[in-house]
Amino acid sequence: MGGAGLLPIIALLPFLGALVPGVMIRAGRNAAATFTAIPTFLALLMLLTLAPGVMDGQVLQKSFSWFPPLGLSASFMLDGLGLMFAVMILGVGLLITLYARFYLSNEDPAGVFFTYLLLFQGAMLGIVLSNNILMLLVFWELTSLASFLLIGYWRHLPEGRQGARMALTVTGGGGLAMIGGMLILGDIAGSYELTDILQAGEAIKASPLYLPALILILLGAFTKSAQFPFHFWLPHAMAAPTPVSAYLHSATMVKAGIFLMARLWPVLAGTDPWFYIVATTGLITMVLGALIALFKDDLKALLAFSTVSHLGLLTMLLGFGTEAAAVAAVFHVLNHLTFKAALFMTAGIVDHSTHTRDIKRLGGLLTLMPITAAIGIIAALSMAGIPLFNGFLSKELMLEEASHTSWWESPWIVPVLATFGALLSVAYSFRFIVHTFLGKPRDESIDHPHDPPFGMWLPPALLCVIVVAVGLFPAAIAGPIVDMAASAVTGTEIHTHFALWHGITPALIMSGIAIFGGLILLALHAPLDRAWLATPRPEAKRLFDGAMAASVRGTRVIAEGLHSGAISRALAVFVVTTVASGLIAFFGRGLPEVSRPLLPIPPVAAAGWLLMVAATLSVILLHRRRFLALVVISICGLMVSIGFVYLSAPDLALTQITVETVTILLLLLALHYLPKTTPADSSVALRIRDGVIGVSAGVGVGALAYAFMRRDVPSISDYFLENAYSGGGGHNVVNVILVDFRGYDTFGEIIVLGIAGVIIFALMEVLLRGRAGRRLRNWAFSEDRSRDRHPLMMVVGTRVMLPIALLVGVYILLRGHNNPGGGFVAGLVFSIALLMQYMASGFAWTMDRQRWEYHSLIGWGVIIAGLTGAAAWIFGRPFLTSAYGYIDWPWIEEFEWATAMAFDVGVFLAVLGAVMLMLYSLSRMARYAGETVNLEPMDYDPSQKSVQTERAPQERGVPTEGEEL
Amino acid sequence: MIETHWIIAPVVLPAILAPLLAWVMRHDIVLARSASLAGAGGLVAIAVGLLNLAAGSGEQVYRLGDWPAPFGITLVLDHLSAAMVLLTSVLGLIVLIHAVATGWDNRGRHFHALFQFQLMGICGAFLTGDAFNLFVFFEILLIASYGLMIHGGGRVRLQAGLQYVVMNLAGSTLFLFALGTLYAATGTLNIADLAVKVREIAPEDAALVRVAAMLLLIVFAIKAAVFPVQFWLPTTYSNAPAPVAALFAVMTKVGAYAILRFYIIVFGPDVAATGTLPEKWLFAGATITTVIGAFGVLGARRLMSMISFSVIFSMGTLMLAISAFTPDATLAALYYLLHSTFATAALFLVACHILARRPSADLLHASPPTVQNGIFAALFFAAAIGMAGMPPLSGFLGKLVVLKALIPWEHAEIAWVVILGGSLVTIVGFARAGSMLFWKSTAEPVTEPEEDAPEPEDAPRPATALALAPAAVCILMMALLSALAGPVTRYLGVAVAQLYDREGYIAAVLTPPEDGDRPVDAGIALEAEEAAAQEDVTVEDEDGLTTGVIEEVGQ
Repeated sequence: MGGAGLLPIIALLPFLGALVPGVMIRAGRNAAATFTAIPTFLALLMLLTLAPGVMDGQVLQKSFSWFPPLGLSASFMLDGLGLMFAVMILGVGLLITLYARFYLSNEDPAGVFFTYLLLFQGAMLGIVLSNNILMLLVFWELTSLASFLLIGYWRHLPEGRQGARMALTVTGGGGLAMIGGMLILGDIAGSYELTDILQAGEAIKASPLYLPALILILLGAFTKSAQFPFHFWLPHAMAAPTPVSAYLHSATMVKAGIFLMARLWPVLAGTDPWFYIVATTGLITMVLGALIALFKDDLKALLAFSTVSHLGLLTMLLGFGTEAAAVAAVFHVLNHLTFKAALFMTAGIVDHSTHTRDIKRLGGLLTLMPITAAIGIIAALSMAGIPLFNGFLSKELMLEEASHTSWWESPWIVPVLATFGALLSVAYSFRFIVHTFLGKPRDESIDHPHDPPFGMWLPPALLCVIVVAVGLFPAAIAGPIVDMAASAVTGTEIHTHFALWHGITPALIMSGIAIFGGLILLALHAPLDRAWLATPRPEAKRLFDGAMAASVRGTRVIAEGLHSGAISRALAVFVVTTVASGLIAFFGRGLPEVSRPLLPIPPVAAAGWLLMVAATLSVILLHRRRFLALVVISICGLMVSIGFVYLSAPDLALTQITVETVTILLLLLALHYLPKTTPADSSVALRIRDGVIGVSAGVGVGALAYAFMRRDVPSISDYFLENAYSGGGGHNVVNVILVDFRGYDTFGEIIVLGIAGVIIFALMEVLLRGRAGRRLRNWAFSEDRSRDRHPLMMVVGTRVMLPIALLVGVYILLRGHNNPGGGFVAGLVFSIALLMQYMASGFAWTMDRQRWEYHSLIGWGVIIAGLTGAAAWIFGRPFLTSAYGYIDWPWIEEFEWATAMAFDVGVFLAVLGAVMLMLYSLSRMARYAGETVNLEPMDYDPSQKSVQTERAPQERGVPTEGEEL
Repeated sequence: MIETHWIIAPVVLPAILAPLLAWVMRHDIVLARSASLAGAGGLVAIAVGLLNLAAGSGEQVYRLGDWPAPFGITLVLDHLSAAMVLLTSVLGLIVLIHAVATGWDNRGRHFHALFQFQLMGICGAFLTGDAFNLFVFFEILLIASYGLMIHGGGRVRLQAGLQYVVMNLAGSTLFLFALGTLYAATGTLNIADLAVKVREIAPEDAALVRVAAMLLLIVFAIKAAVFPVQFWLPTTYSNAPAPVAALFAVMTKVGAYAILRFYIIVFGPDVAATGTLPEKWLFAGATITTVIGAFGVLGARRLMSMISFSVIFSMGTLMLAISAFTPDATLAALYYLLHSTFATAALFLVACHILARRPSADLLHASPPTVQNGIFAALFFAAAIGMAGMPPLSGFLGKLVVLKALIPWEHAEIAWVVILGGSLVTIVGFARAGSMLFWKSTAEPVTEPEEDAPEPEDAPRPATALALAPAAVCILMMALLSALAGPVTRYLGVAVAQLYDREGYIAAVLTPPEDGDRPVDAGIALEAEEAAAQEDVTVEDEDGLTTGVIEEVGQ
């Protein structure tokens, strides 16, 4: 397989080359075009070195592993069909590059254009060289993207943007369908390699999944090749610069669908569904396209619909499913490429020099632009299927095939419609010739049309040479190529015998009818045109835009309407879902036998329970009065703490009660800056709904808790009881769990607390800078303040308490490992002691006396805890492995030490730091609002006669701009 | 043995660095930036090392405090968790560079500390082998993400932040309920041990464990933004600072990861108690999620909100792949997961640049072109291609491999229609937005400033190469994922095999270490108790009265 290694290089060259014009975006058109032509030319050259082998029937393959679980490999193949298409793509690519160099104006960013063009070229080349259908899909979608970019190239033109989106929507949608089809196809065949799939034709046709796969793949092919009813995007794609129209939307990309149908022809064709879907679609598209083309006044629109019609013709031929039809299709692909690309370039030249493409304004250009006219006329004659031009030959073959194809038992439908299509084709081709080039100039305002520079007319002229050469010597020039490609399509050896004269055949008669009928039709064009314009027709663009606008409106309701950020609705949905799924899960199965008896209810417990229920109900009733509600909530907290005591969980009780105190105090302080009442802002119905949801969730949680509290399950807790002392060195199992067994969790939780403190600080910073800060500053704070803000009793009391409380804190910290207590509780006790100072003596007073940064407390806490854990590494033990031992202090007694104590100190510091940082944030607010520092410890000191409260304004505690605390 | 200590490093490094950032370095942005970047870089290095460690052998178990499982907390490093940690660290570094280069980190306080805590929380969640510890890390990443989300402040952002934190706190509460129920039903919280214990529960006694399984699913669904608990995501993401939203790309993946861990190892379809119940719910939710996401992309009026909906779309696709619970589909899901993370990040980072320079903020309206219109257009185009699943980036291959893996599934048709249809809608949505932002805007008149007019102070400045690089790197990552799909999926293939090798996981975690000197079970007393309990159960089963009644009620 010599030369197969070149295949990936050929496929990659355009992509690599695409980088160059993009980079040289400022170098001008010549440079960009040159560097586009070079990779194209190199790829073409390499391809041609492989051509002789392929023409001898070789199939070159080269494969690399890419994505094995998907079945995707970077697998390239070159056979006759691929070679023909690849040469077409690169050859026309070269001509288009030359043409575009002269077509683009100086203002157009040429580098971008040529980059897109090369991207497209690479993608298209990839399609025809792929041996893996999934890789083919990759390239397939890439052509859609490149086409999107090229159609929208003139991005300031609305038609360009809309056309680009429409093309992407239609071909992209088809591409997605094709993904499905290809995946199914490969799944049936057991491989995604084309060479394997082509062998598995029988199995595929017999599979029950054949039809879905066929439909999905055809959706892809039909959308790409603009088959009815997806044809509407192609004319709108003509908003692209003309070289793009010539290259993508007539010569190459739209042929991708045809290529694919030809590629999979041996696998998919020959069944009834294939015939009826493909041939019928093709036939309708051919006739409809030609009909519309006849009445289009825009030169490019006329050519676009004619392209649609010719693509229909090709589809129909492939749909027939016979070898001869396939040969005709291959031949016509070649012929259509030559004359249509030439025609588009002609239209571009006309547009360029007359600044209009309106047929009704043109005319008589033959004398003014003789070279252009000659090219246009030759190409159009070929399109019409006039003898001696190549279009005639393939059209004859088509009519021949149509003449003996019967559709749904009727032998007439296909030949008649095919002839009619050919007739229309003659009519619009001659309209193109007559109305553009012949006659007299119709619009005097068109200013001195002239032939373009050499570089612009050379490409179409070269194509016309091929048109004539093939038309005259089909067997010699086109014969070998068609043989080669058609053999690859059908999988059998094909030898064509093209000739200009076959004798009087049905096809010749049909052809004759078409030519004469077409000329008559053209003669009647003016009245017909008026009639056509008067008839109401569905306008694809309007329908498409309407559908698009409707979907945008519809989806907007679902998207933005439902996701407006209403938290109550989101929570309601969440709770309902939770309760519902819990119920479904619960009632699907039973429960194990109850294993714990109910305990008797002593009066104390009942009273506590009643208090809690009463407090809960009161919160519901009183929640609009926030202070009151807060007090009532604290009753719940206290009862929970007492419950822990009652149930012999002193550690939990201690923790709960301190947490409760700190939280309530902080909330009280925060509430100072908030409205004291909650307004009623939801309707009664809404509240009832929420109430029902809330009660259902509460009942659900209660029932769940009841269900599992009645049942014993062997658990890991016994291990903790047994090993707390022997392994963790502590008698207080709860504390050992916290700092040792699950110290990692605690480490995480102190970090959560620390983060919370830091966030509140950061948030306050932002808030005070913004609107809230301004409001605070202007708040008439002093007016609603008590004259005795710092009552004597409280000030004195808290100060006396402070050292005692701190001592208790230290005590709790130290005893924690063996008795109820620990770092967490100790941190909270410390916080409460300090909080009391803030409350009693004022934020400002206390702030002035504190010397530790709370940030540093959090930092120290987390770092001490972390380093204690990491110290275990030194001994080769995992993070947080504890150690303990005893130390004998002479004259005192034996002390126990445990590394967990250090960890607990970390916990202590982090908790203290976090709470105090929160408090500090609140106090910043207070000082913003103008709280003053009292000189004396209390506002009203009975031992002094006068009352001093305020310092001079500049000494007020309001932080100045940029001050960092 | 020494190298296993590295398993905890992704948690300890940021945990030590972050307090230092918040405390020592908070006054010096240059110092904070350098330290934070160095930390994020170090995390990447550690993650690469861990990936090597994981690739070298089976599950590596790290027993914290040297306590044997299931009593202490264990970290489990396997192919999957190593990959997730690497993903997190790489994304973290990329986003951090972006935040520094665009100055986002300096728009509020403590960005770097919160960022490191966030990385710590995410890495910890990926590494843990303990259900309660997962809860703790969910808390860390939630609180840190809340801080990051409201970073910089602003009225709308604070409002959205409140909604975010309320919804997720509700989720955390539910997480606690679920864990309580799970503990009550099984008596353990270690994932491997749960897997053992759940299988010992007789189906007729399974009500509690089923409830726990469903509640946990909802908890994880909130994180992963699966219908019907996805409502929080668009508001949150679209109002978060764009670089933070980019980092959040990996947060939704935490939910997806947790679902994979729990519903393959603990509640697999082979578990008599739960069967396929979670799968069915997940499938239904994922289907609707995909549809909502796609519709949102088309219907959104703002750029950030459009990207947020595309996140929902990609999460739906991911969840569809996950909910099949077959090794093939899980492999596809993991590949898609990697892709979707970078796609999301790329879009948000690009959006960050665009929003900073457009006068009409992030409304999808045409407004005069900004500086560097072409570069932003190209970046947006590439990122959108990635997200919408078009070649040549990994989104296309990800979509293909998901679709292919779902072929044998009973719900394949629905999943296909939803994913393919959704893709089309997404493509159209992105095409509309892109053509509006970059093409139509060029037709808008640019108001030329008068000659002697002073340069407006807030005139959009061109982005520096460094600021553009992170977005470009995200796109590059998608390209690499696409080009290196073979090696990547080879690695993920092992990860999936490990994930489905439940026995291997259980053995690795629960087998006591050879050199351990800790007692490995609760002693003889417990065993006797257990035996007694076992006997009790058998006796009770024989009369079968209670269970029978409850089953009738259930029907």
